[in-house]
Amino acid sequence: MPETLDNLMMGFATALTPVNLLYALIGVALGTAIGVLPGIGPAMAVALLLPVTYGLDPAGAFIMFAGIYYGGMYGGSTTAILINTPGEAASVITAVEGNQMAKRGRAAQALATAAIGSFIAGTIGTLLMVFTAPVMVSLALTFGAGDYFAVMLLAFVAACSVLGKSRVRGFASLGIGLAIGLVGLDSTTGQSRLSYGVPQLADGVDVVIVAVGIFAVGEALWVASRLRRTPAEVIPVGRVWMGRDDWKRSWKPWLRGSFMGFPFGALPAGGSELPTFLSYMLERRLARNPGEFGRGAIEGVAGPEATNNSSAAGVLVPMLTLGLPTTAVAAVMLTAFQQYGLQPGPLLFEREPELVWGLIASLFIGNAMLLALNLPLAPMWARLLRIPRPYLYAGILFFAAVGMYAVNASALDLVLLLLLGLLGFMMRRFGLPVIPLVIGVILGPMAELQLRRALQLSNGSPVGLVESPLSIGVYAVIGLLLLWPLVRLAVRGAAGGGAGPDARREDTGPEADREAEARPGV
Amino acid sequence: MTPAPAPEATRPAPEATRWWTGRAELGVCVFLYVVAALVLADAATLDSGLTQQRGPVGPAAVPVLVGVLLAVVATLLVVDVLRGGTGAAEDGEDVDPDARSDWRTVILLAAAFLVNAAVIDTAGWIVSGALLFWGASFALGSRHWVRDPLLAVGLSLGSYLMFSALGVWLPAGPFEGIL
Repeated sequence: MPETLDNLMMGFATALTPVNLLYALIGVALGTAIGVLPGIGPAMAVALLLPVTYGLDPAGAFIMFAGIYYGGMYGGSTTAILINTPGEAASVITAVEGNQMAKRGRAAQALATAAIGSFIAGTIGTLLMVFTAPVMVSLALTFGAGDYFAVMLLAFVAACSVLGKSRVRGFASLGIGLAIGLVGLDSTTGQSRLSYGVPQLADGVDVVIVAVGIFAVGEALWVASRLRRTPAEVIPVGRVWMGRDDWKRSWKPWLRGSFMGFPFGALPAGGSELPTFLSYMLERRLARNPGEFGRGAIEGVAGPEATNNSSAAGVLVPMLTLGLPTTAVAAVMLTAFQQYGLQPGPLLFEREPELVWGLIASLFIGNAMLLALNLPLAPMWARLLRIPRPYLYAGILFFAAVGMYAVNASALDLVLLLLLGLLGFMMRRFGLPVIPLVIGVILGPMAELQLRRALQLSNGSPVGLVESPLSIGVYAVIGLLLLWPLVRLAVRGAAGGGAGPDARREDTGPEADREAEARPGV
Repeated sequence: MTPAPAPEATRPAPEATRWWTGRAELGVCVFLYVVAALVLADAATLDSGLTQQRGPVGPAAVPVLVGVLLAVVATLLVVDVLRGGTGAAEDGEDVDPDARSDWRTVILLAAAFLVNAAVIDTAGWIVSGALLFWGASFALGSRHWVRDPLLAVGLSLGSYLMFSALGVWLPAGPFEGIL
């Protein structure tokens, strides 16, 4: 892999210029600050901060972005440990165990193991990405239009059926997203669809506006409609440190988590809910004293936190090499690339190597900066948790408005933003997951393009869609995912009448109970 | 597409309250049917004639698929809701799961947001942004008559200066040329 190392060195050369180091530092600081704020997860942090980078050159913007991404992940774990209720799915497990530690006066150790574990896992995960991305790129270069379409279809189906509790609601969300994605000019024939003569709609709905509307405005309206009168209690924290015994108990979970999270993140149904949960179960099984779990075991923070950050690196592999976002944050980052007229995919590595490898190198740099920022400054970040809630949610609306106005300088965009916010509000109220919608808006037009391209090459014969072994395999996985409830029902029936009243609906049952805790947030 | 109807648009008529109670989610189904109808109706107006066509799949094919998907999902959701299924409302740090929806706050927030959209082009971001922040924090229950407006002006001025420093244009309104 000498070529990969050369590329990485080139990336460091880009990222280590003083100006780009400054962008990275601004990125991690902003990302941590926004990520710590209650109610703001990494996806919303990235979406809200997107406009800040508009004035920069692409390399600087993406270096800042890498910092925001990892910073948002770090910030989320602080919130989860010091306030019990987690804002994002990735931190659910951290919240369970970390908050118990904090309640027993071990907040400092919980934050320390989370920060150091995130650093180690982030570094290992990014290294794994450095070596898997070129392999994926050379694989992706052999992909035909039919293969791309199949993989995108898999991303749709996986987003609807693996995450969340109710598949019907997942598909409803996807359908709305696909419909929004249709608005604008049809790229092949130039006819305008669903635009009703409104010039702003003829160009399509800006994906950034959809993301900020659904994530930021929708979340602010939703929380405002049921705001807690007394904000959740914040546990005070002093200097962050770890004792000898804590180190001894943490280092193995860190390493296990680092290797566990990455492959899950890289899968089309990626995300961190499942691997963090599995890591927690694994650490409980391997622990010297499993009885401590649920009452503040440090392994239960170290493992899942490492897993979470490593999967965050894994998510970048399909995003950069295939242009396939699998989580909300990746979807927003893909949008950022599109803002600069860049299309992530195998060709990006050929055409813009400096930018891609600069981004990857700055992930390492940002990670190291975060460790330096988080250990000594944790008490300062924790103070952000006490921000009065009216200011917090007014601030979210304020920054959403200024950021979206900055995109096109159009007041109409603000009205559209509010409408999308109301849509996001409705979806939260009635339990429609938001991730399928955002993935539908972004991938819908691309999937249509690949579908039409594939069928054009085969002269309209549907055989064009299943020409390679890869696409056949992907369709098999899609079929399995779609038929999974039937398969499960059959297994249960064979096992002898496990189908009680609970089994009638898909969103009940033991899995749903577990997933009920691991809800995808923003 | 206009993702307009907020849930309240499809709220129960008073005389039907009993049957509708707990089934507000059917409003989501109505919304999905409306979107499906819009997509399908629009697809019907597209010209898929041979002269326009580039390749075997015309511009209407995918919209028809999306419209059908939406209609099918809407129907499945109706069935699910009538059988007693409910979508779990999202939780979060500041969400009180037992609270009833506070419509007054939501409407005031939306109003503050629209006021900003209405005046930003003429009054400039410094004025309209301050109105937005102050209005939104008022809607959310903050009643500090000195601190709130000062903070609002500070934020809108600060964000204006920060965005200009980063090379992003915002309207200055009456302060054009001064700042």
